[in-house]
Amino acid sequence: MTDCAALGVVMLCHAALDRAAQLARHWASHGCPVVIHVDARTSQDQFDALQAALKDLPDIRFSRRTPCEWGTFGIVQATIDASTQMLADFPAVSHILLASGSCLPIRPVRALQAHLARHPHTDFIESVTTADVGWTVGGLNEERFTLRFPFAWKRQRRLFDGYVTLQRILRFRRRLTTGLVPHLGSQWWCLTRPTLEAILHHPDRPLLDRYFRRVWIPDESYFQSLVRQVSTRIESRSLTLSKFDYQGRPYTFYDDHLHLLRQTDAFIARKIWPQADLLYRTFLTPDGDRALASEPNPGKINRLFAKAVERRVKGRPGLYMQSRFPTRARGGTQSAAPYGIFSGFAELFHDFQPWLARALDARVHGHLFAFDRVEFADGESVFKGGLSDSPTLRDYNPKSFLTNLIWTTRGETQCFQFGPADEQAIVPFIASDPNATIFAITGAFAVPLWRSGQSAAQVRGEAARLQKVESDFLHQLNGPETKARTRIWSLTDFIENPAEPLEQLVDLLNPRAAHRATDLPQLLPLNGFGSFLQDLRNQGMAPVLMGDFPSDADLAQPEQTFARPRIVR
Amino acid sequence: MATRGENTSFPRGLPHACAIGELDQPPTGLTAVLLAMKNRRRRQKLLLRAWRKRRQLAAVTDRLAQIAPGDILCFICLRNEAQRLPHFLAHHRALGVRHFLAVDNASTDGSGALLASQPDVSLWRTDASYKASRFGMDWLTWLMLRHGSGHWCLTLDADELLIYPYWQTRPLPALTGWLEGQGRHSFGALTVDMYPEGPVSQGQVAPDDDPLDHLSWFDAGNYQVQVQPRMRNLWVQGGARARAFFADQPRLAPTLNKIPLVRWHWRQVYVNSTHSLLPPNLNEVYSTDGGELTSGIILHTKFLPEITRRSSEEKARGEHFGNGSQYTAYYNRLIQDPVLHTSRSTRYTGWRQLEAMGLMSRGGWI
Repeated sequence: MTDCAALGVVMLCHAALDRAAQLARHWASHGCPVVIHVDARTSQDQFDALQAALKDLPDIRFSRRTPCEWGTFGIVQATIDASTQMLADFPAVSHILLASGSCLPIRPVRALQAHLARHPHTDFIESVTTADVGWTVGGLNEERFTLRFPFAWKRQRRLFDGYVTLQRILRFRRRLTTGLVPHLGSQWWCLTRPTLEAILHHPDRPLLDRYFRRVWIPDESYFQSLVRQVSTRIESRSLTLSKFDYQGRPYTFYDDHLHLLRQTDAFIARKIWPQADLLYRTFLTPDGDRALASEPNPGKINRLFAKAVERRVKGRPGLYMQSRFPTRARGGTQSAAPYGIFSGFAELFHDFQPWLARALDARVHGHLFAFDRVEFADGESVFKGGLSDSPTLRDYNPKSFLTNLIWTTRGETQCFQFGPADEQAIVPFIASDPNATIFAITGAFAVPLWRSGQSAAQVRGEAARLQKVESDFLHQLNGPETKARTRIWSLTDFIENPAEPLEQLVDLLNPRAAHRATDLPQLLPLNGFGSFLQDLRNQGMAPVLMGDFPSDADLAQPEQTFARPRIVR
Repeated sequence: MATRGENTSFPRGLPHACAIGELDQPPTGLTAVLLAMKNRRRRQKLLLRAWRKRRQLAAVTDRLAQIAPGDILCFICLRNEAQRLPHFLAHHRALGVRHFLAVDNASTDGSGALLASQPDVSLWRTDASYKASRFGMDWLTWLMLRHGSGHWCLTLDADELLIYPYWQTRPLPALTGWLEGQGRHSFGALTVDMYPEGPVSQGQVAPDDDPLDHLSWFDAGNYQVQVQPRMRNLWVQGGARARAFFADQPRLAPTLNKIPLVRWHWRQVYVNSTHSLLPPNLNEVYSTDGGELTSGIILHTKFLPEITRRSSEEKARGEHFGNGSQYTAYYNRLIQDPVLHTSRSTRYTGWRQLEAMGLMSRGGWI
């Protein structure tokens, strides 16, 4: 055993032949004979230029040119032809690598040769049974082998799809050739001479070829299946790094991937963008790239690609922008982060907003949807991201206003006040947003009316209107489509024991609060509110949302409510 | 800049615009057929219109023979942009634009001579009305019809700089190659108004300078998104101009979504500036299933120091909006030299910042 295996390279090319020439020269200069197959659909001029560019290298041969359409047997046929020629013309070759014109060796060729010398009888080919493959796309997995695929997927998509459907309806199933267990895997392999010879001289070749001519994407299954019958030692992984997107299309590597490619444990990478000068310059030096990581970290590459797939498929929830605009069914009713909506609290407490900001460690706005002005926290006229306090701008597209606000403040919980006196157009969205938590004290809208000092007769109309708006609001919160979390108390229930609901809301919105709020906001004295409600009744209005509000005599003093001992956890 | 789409009747049942969560799947059945017929008629009318306007263009320099198959072309219609052109050309040349096809609409500041002297520009001149030519789109449609077929075509104004994910390391052919691999023939970009720190008329920017050194601020999170179901095109408004000038009439605020980069076929036509195209499938530059598609940003360098003088000129000419009188207040504000910068403005640091803020996306591009 020498320390360098005799490696031969079979190269399949169809475009960017100048790069192919560069690669072939690189392989040949490291003592690797190369057999190049050029797609018959590539122009003769380009082919002639490639031949001319390589004519000084005796160990580079060209195999018969046949058409290689993606997904068809043509690619397998090209591989078979070129491999046969390789075995016949170069009897010294012990390992055969299948590569393409856009495969770039990222570790020194000598390292690959040494690796193969250390594993002289191992076939490096990814080969997985169909049942265990997780990466096939488009629902065609086992059916690749049991249906017929006479049409080209790229050119004759309708015929392709129609014929698949027809076969499914007719329950057509091909019989598998005897002894064949379908396996799938990366197209790019590195086989030993005995294994490749055994495949090419397989007694059933004509039968097998006829069968695989109608299999879908046979280049991912022909050698991968047959190798199981002839090989003595298979290492089921490809030496070629090749990443696919969620639709099964290969990713391309660019110049800015140089650092990434240095982390890989593979020997070869594809596909390389033909204009990626830096990559070709770096890796096609006689000794290979010197800055290669000594400790490969392929996990990093896998994570990066997994993240890209996630961004393409799932996106960033709660973001609505020029290239992400989900329909209702696909996440169009969701904001980016949890937020709290408070109805009736600011009306009952002197200092509710500062207290809430302290207790939750959150940004607490006033009435964001007030008619006359967007009440941002601290009275700002322009909020984060450039959100304006103009109500017309907000009402032009309230959903964008709210989703923008929640999106740009990711990492900081937002809270705002809401009530029946506010613009209500946002309510359906809030109700259907699983990130919304709504706390409502029903009937609290009457407190400011009472405190305004006007008589019941004067505010009767307004009170009736607000009550109507608030019951519509509550009705929408109770709808079947509601995904928001809601906590609703009537005014009467709430003032009976305000501490408990306040604790609840802190728990809900800030469950990891380091320290509990020990102080409580100060409840407005409500002496006289009962008789105000009675006055409203006397005026002919029926205030129902407040609950059964006690008369003044029965009303507990607010101070007493808060004087009770608090449990500090 | 141009106006938004005019209101015409559409097949019943389709709203004018869908806000977040209101978009449905495209219509089927009779509605779909009616809609397709309507869009086809509209497309043919626009092509005919461009054909009728062809004689308004007089060739000044013709270097079209330089164009090779697969080259990326840039189409631009401008008037008095000598201040911006050097950087505009340099930026997009560096991105990999191989040829510029420019229409000079009666420039008087030497823009024509500047363009004619460039080695990779073919220039036409016209003194006809910008407004009557659909804000230059009729002329560009004609040029694209004649010379754009089979190429990826970039259509921009002189005050627009296109950027996209990895733009410093991957030229446009890498992007178009990726898009074609994804089966996409159009690429969307959001216009972001860039503004200076002080009053807009202050400061000095030389023609070769990067205008972004001066216009380094923008609004990061106040963009309103809707989709117009008739052509499935986006309708994004917001940014600094909506905040500062259109708070009282937000509907009139400029449309910010554009589709500047399209693989062209002579049958295609821009409908409304570069905001929307026909056939309508080219407008679907966004994903509706919750994922993100690759998109870019147009950095809008409108607010260079000359803006106040220019605005009074544009106001007087009345060539820039369909219904000019509605925009008088807008021009008046601009002439008064406003400050667009606020304490909530964001300083531009690069595309990764814009991507993290969700103004653009890499999508699945690694």
